[in-house]
Amino acid sequence: MSKITRRKFLAGSMAGGAAIAMAPTKKAFGANLEGFPDGMGVLVDMTRCVGCRSCEAACNKEQNLPEPDKSFDDYSVFDERPHGHYRRPTEKAYTVVNRYDPVDEQPVYRKIQCNHCNEPACLTSCFVNAYTKTPEGAVIYNDKVCVGCRNCMIACPFGIPAYSYSSAINPIIKKCIFCYDTRLKNGQTPACVEACPQQVMVFGKRKELIKIAHDRIRRSPVKYVDQVYGEKEVGGTGWLYLSGVPFQEAGFNISLPSEPIINNVKDFLAIVPMVLAIWPALFTGFHLLATKGKSHGHGDDHSHDGQEEH
Amino acid sequence: MVNTGKKFMAGLAGLFICCLLMMNCYAMESYPEEIEIDVLSELYQGVVFDHGWHVMMTEGCAVCHHHTTGTPVVDSYCAKCHADEKPMATVSCQDCHSSEPVTAGSVREKDAFLFHDDKPDLKAAYHLSCLGCHQEMGAPVGCQDCHARTEAGDAFFRAGQFAPTGSADSSGY
Repeated sequence: MSKITRRKFLAGSMAGGAAIAMAPTKKAFGANLEGFPDGMGVLVDMTRCVGCRSCEAACNKEQNLPEPDKSFDDYSVFDERPHGHYRRPTEKAYTVVNRYDPVDEQPVYRKIQCNHCNEPACLTSCFVNAYTKTPEGAVIYNDKVCVGCRNCMIACPFGIPAYSYSSAINPIIKKCIFCYDTRLKNGQTPACVEACPQQVMVFGKRKELIKIAHDRIRRSPVKYVDQVYGEKEVGGTGWLYLSGVPFQEAGFNISLPSEPIINNVKDFLAIVPMVLAIWPALFTGFHLLATKGKSHGHGDDHSHDGQEEH
Repeated sequence: MVNTGKKFMAGLAGLFICCLLMMNCYAMESYPEEIEIDVLSELYQGVVFDHGWHVMMTEGCAVCHHHTTGTPVVDSYCAKCHADEKPMATVSCQDCHSSEPVTAGSVREKDAFLFHDDKPDLKAAYHLSCLGCHQEMGAPVGCQDCHARTEAGDAFFRAGQFAPTGSADSSGY
């Protein structure tokens, strides 16, 4: 039985210290990450949308989704308020268009779908690692791994992931995957973008889309609000929006931080493996050092402290 | 003498009015009365566009044709460069607006004309121009007010004979 020496203990402490010192460096690197350099995105110009729902129909066809409740040329859906809210993506519709009626303005139509964040909160929250952010820019998920815990539904700042409530046996998450399997990985335009008659959406590299968006604002400063939604929100999103009315009037959450959601917990999470790996060794070391020269192995040390002094 | 003078002035005025009309109708001598737009027909049938009627209704050719017809430019953005433009050889929509979908890459092509870089593709050019004006003028704006849908279109929109049967439950939310 080898006794722990002072030298061994000090060496161990120093290794632990080095690990602690390394941690902040790693964190700083992560915070500056701006996503994949050639990540694709879509610029949505809401001033052009007329609410024809062609994108919804295209999504349904492309993703082989179940039959909708109403035809895609039925515009009564804009007046629906399921559970008192505007329509949201469901297991049957990965994208939906909603109509907003700003005061003294023409109606505004807003298409919602997964925004494909640079640093997705859904991915971070998933404990079975079902989610992947691909280099092409899509946030996809492995439905074979998904256990249906719905953490991502709570984590998503845009309320996008939907749930297959209709499945009694194996309910899982359902959401827009940027047409990754059928189109994006071959460099092709997503189905909704292609179907749009008004070219509300432009598909391309996110970096270029940001330039196009700012060019449009600069050329028509009266037409647009001087903001590209998604450029900074929660660390940047692949899908970007231009609007003619203040974004909150079209139902956007304008109180989102510019930092990725994960930054709220990154500091804490970085400590967890350190605590688990180092603390047991460290405090065992302290304990052994503190009880050095005293006899060991007689059961509960604390209860026998007094007796061992005899 | 007075009569001759009056006649002369009337003639001059007449000539002036003729000149004005001619200027307005500069490029309109040979415009088509009807245009069938069917380059994109798949979900919808082609549209027979009553060009002649729209020529009568609009202020001038430039409302739709920007600066290519030689009539006074309406859009202030175009007028920055093309205020005194002569009629051009190419006036039809598809001469400038590509039938290929626009992507960020095509918008930012280096060889594109500086102020023409972000121009809509053909499908969008038609819809933005037609529908934009129809909205302003209170003209029909429904998809099927202009297009007759094909059977493929009905299937796409899950309408007509492809309408939802209602058997699906609505617990999707």
